[in-house]
Amino acid sequence: MSSLGGGPPLDEGDLPVAIPEPVDPADVARSGVGTDEWVARVDERRAAQTGISGLIARTWERTPAFGRLVILLGPFAIFPFITNEGNLYRYGLITIIYALLAMGLNVVVGFAGLLDLGYVAFFGFGAYLYGIMASGHSGHHLQAEIAIPIVVVSTALLGLLLGLTSWRLLGDYLAIVTLFFLQAFVIFVNNANGGLNDFSYPFVGKVDLTGGANGLDQIDPFNFFGFHITTTRGYYFYTLIALALLMVMLYFVNGSRTGRAWRALREDPLAAEVMSTPVNRLKLLAFMFGAGVAGFSGTIFGAVQSGAFPGDYDVGLLITIYAIVILGGLGSIGGVVVGALVVNGAPELLRSSSNARFLFYGVLLVALFAALKPWYKAVIVLVGTIAFGFAVHGIASAVWSRGTAGHISGAGNFGKALEHWVLLPTNPSSIAGWSYFALICAALVLTLVSGWWRVAVLIPTFYLAAFVWENKLVEQVAGATRLILLGALLVVIMNVRPSGIFGTSRVEIV
Amino acid sequence: MPLLELRDVSKAFGGLQVTDHLTFHVDEGEIVSLIGPNGAGKTTVFNLITGIFHVDSGEIVFEGEKVSGLAPHKITDRGIARTFQTLRLFLNMTVLENVMAAEYGHTKATVLEAMLQLPRSRREEKRIRQLAEEKLAFFGQRLAGYRHDQQAYSLSYANRRRLEIARAMATNARLLLLDEPAAGMNPHETHEITELIGKLRDEAGYSILVIEHDMHVVEGISDRVVALDHGVKIAEGSFDQVATNEKVVEAYLGLHTAATK
Repeated sequence: MSSLGGGPPLDEGDLPVAIPEPVDPADVARSGVGTDEWVARVDERRAAQTGISGLIARTWERTPAFGRLVILLGPFAIFPFITNEGNLYRYGLITIIYALLAMGLNVVVGFAGLLDLGYVAFFGFGAYLYGIMASGHSGHHLQAEIAIPIVVVSTALLGLLLGLTSWRLLGDYLAIVTLFFLQAFVIFVNNANGGLNDFSYPFVGKVDLTGGANGLDQIDPFNFFGFHITTTRGYYFYTLIALALLMVMLYFVNGSRTGRAWRALREDPLAAEVMSTPVNRLKLLAFMFGAGVAGFSGTIFGAVQSGAFPGDYDVGLLITIYAIVILGGLGSIGGVVVGALVVNGAPELLRSSSNARFLFYGVLLVALFAALKPWYKAVIVLVGTIAFGFAVHGIASAVWSRGTAGHISGAGNFGKALEHWVLLPTNPSSIAGWSYFALICAALVLTLVSGWWRVAVLIPTFYLAAFVWENKLVEQVAGATRLILLGALLVVIMNVRPSGIFGTSRVEIV
Repeated sequence: MPLLELRDVSKAFGGLQVTDHLTFHVDEGEIVSLIGPNGAGKTTVFNLITGIFHVDSGEIVFEGEKVSGLAPHKITDRGIARTFQTLRLFLNMTVLENVMAAEYGHTKATVLEAMLQLPRSRREEKRIRQLAEEKLAFFGQRLAGYRHDQQAYSLSYANRRRLEIARAMATNARLLLLDEPAAGMNPHETHEITELIGKLRDEAGYSILVIEHDMHVVEGISDRVVALDHGVKIAEGSFDQVATNEKVVEAYLGLHTAATK
C-alpha cells in the first residue's frame, strides 16, 4: 500500500493556523516513522523480520481453519495404524484425552479468564458418575447413550454451582475457592464408601458410592445401543472424533457473540458489562461449558481405565492440564493439542535413554541459538565446544587411559562419535558427582559474566554438561533425569515462545 | 420531556459525599458539558448513570423510565453508552471485534446455535459485522478497512479514543456519555475530536453528555454547561454564563483570586 509513507489525507483548511507542527511533514512523508500507519504496522514488520519462524507463522495464518484442523489431527488419525497397542495407549489415547480435557479448561481460563483451580474435580465427577451408573461395583449397567448425556448435564450443573462463586470473586480469590472445591471433592470420594465416617443419606441411609480409597472398580466399557467399545483403538477413535467435533464447535463459538463476550470479559470485565454484556451470566456459561467438557472426558477416562481412583483426580493432574493450556497458548484451540502432545508425549518418550540423549543435545542446541545473540557467537560456542572436546579427549587418551575407556551402548553412530569426544571414565560415580557440582557452579558463574566472557565460559560449561550427562544423568533416565529434562524443555519452550506455542502475545498495559 | 434526567441524586462513599442532591437533565439532541475541578465528582456521575455505582437516594430517569437500580448491561440496552477517561478497550481483540463485542445486547443467538452454526447465528453475525463496519466508517480514514483486523493495542492513542467512541455507538445507544474525549491529545487531534462530537449529534443523531477539561472544546461544542464542585451543582447555563459565574471561578481558582485578578 502506498499510504505507508504518509498519514491519512488531512483537510488542511480545518487546521487552526497557530498550531505548531511537532514534526516536519516532509520527514514524515519520507520515513513514516511515528505516524498512525507506522504504529499500526508494528506487528507486520516484526513478522517480516524473523526468517523461518516468521515464514511458518505466515503460512499457518494463511491456511484456512479446516486445513489447520487436518494438519493438527491428521497425524493422530494415522497413528493407530503404525504403532502397537501399548504405544497407542501411552502416547495416543492419553494425549487426546488430556487434549479434550484441556480444551474445556481453555474455555474457562483462556477465553473467559477465570482462574478455576477446581477444574479437575469435574473430570473426576464425570468418571465417578459414569461408574455409579454403569459398573459391576454399583450393580447398575446403564447404556452409554443414556449415561453420557446424564453425566454431561450433571457436571455442567455442578459447574454452575461452583461458577456462582465467580460472581463476587475474581483472580486469586476465585482460585482459592475453586482449589478448595477440588480438595473437598478428593476427600469426599476418598470417604464416600458407606463406611463408618460416611454420611447417612436421607431415605437410603449409608451407600457405597465411590469405593473410598480403593476406588470404584469394574466400570463398564461404553455400550452404545448394544455396540461395545472394547479396544484401545476403539476408544482412541471415539475420543479423536469427539476432540475434532469439539474443536470445530469451539472455533465457531470463539467467533460468535458468546466467544467475543468471553474474551471481552477476560480483557476488561467492567468495560464488557457497560458494553451490554451480562458478565455474570457469561461467567456461569463458561464454567458450565468447561465442566460439561470435563465430565464428558471423565466418562472416557473412567471407561478406559475401567475404574475411577481418587488419586487420579488430584492437584498433579490439575498442574498437567494447566501446563498443557499455558504451553499451547491461552485461548488457542490448536495450541491445546500441541501442548498435550508435548506435556504427555515428552515424558513418555524420555523413558528411553537414546531418545533422552537426542532431546538433551537438542535442547542444548536450541537453547544456545535462542539465547545467544548474535548468531555467530552461538556458532563460535558450538564449534569451540566440539574442538574443546576433541582436544580434552586427545590429551586424556595420552595421559589418563582410564578416562577414555568407557563405552556408550545402544546409541548407534551418534554414540560411537560421542565416545571419541566426551570423556568416559570407567567407574565414574565419584568424579561424575563432583562434575555435577562443578556444572552447577559454572551455570551460576554464567549468570554473572556477559559479552565475550560468557562465550568463553560457555564452551567448557557445555562440555561439562555433556560429561555429566553421559556419566551420571543418563543412568537414571527413567527417574529423576526425565523430570529434570522435561523441566528444561518447558523452560526452553516458554523462553522461545513466552505466550505459548500457538499463543499470540498479549499486551496488558500500554 | 428530557431524554435523561437526574432527580436529586446523592451518593456517598463512607463519610465522603461525592454527589450531593444533584439535579440536571439532557434534552434530546443536546450536547451538555459537565465541568468541574479534579475530584468534583464528574466521573462518579457517569458511573451512577451507567449503573456501575448505585444511587443512595434520588432517581435517574431515561426516556421517562427509571433506570437507576438496573444492572449496567441493562442500562446500556436501554440506550445509554459511555467511554472511559482511562481507556478501557479490549486490547487483545481486533478493532472490529471490539465494536462487535458491544453489539451483544441486541443479538440473541445462544451458544448452542453458534456451535452448530444455525441460521439465526449466522444471520446475526452478518448483520452486526455490517453494523460494526458502518460505525467504524464514521471515523473515515482513521479506522479504515485495513485496520479492522488489527489488534486494538496496535492503535495509536488518539485512535483508541476514536475506537472507544465507535464501540459506544455500536450498542445502539441514543445518549453517549463521553468521559474526557480530548484528554492526552495534541491540539490538532483535539480540534478533530471537537468536530467529531458535533458530527455525532448533527449527522448521527446522538444526544451527548460530555466531561471535558479543555475549555476550548467545551466552548466549541456545548449547548449547555453544568458545573460541579464537591458533588454539588454550582452553576448551569450557556458556556458564557457558567464561565463568568463567580462560584465556578472560585472553584477553579480559589476564593480571593477572582477579586485580585
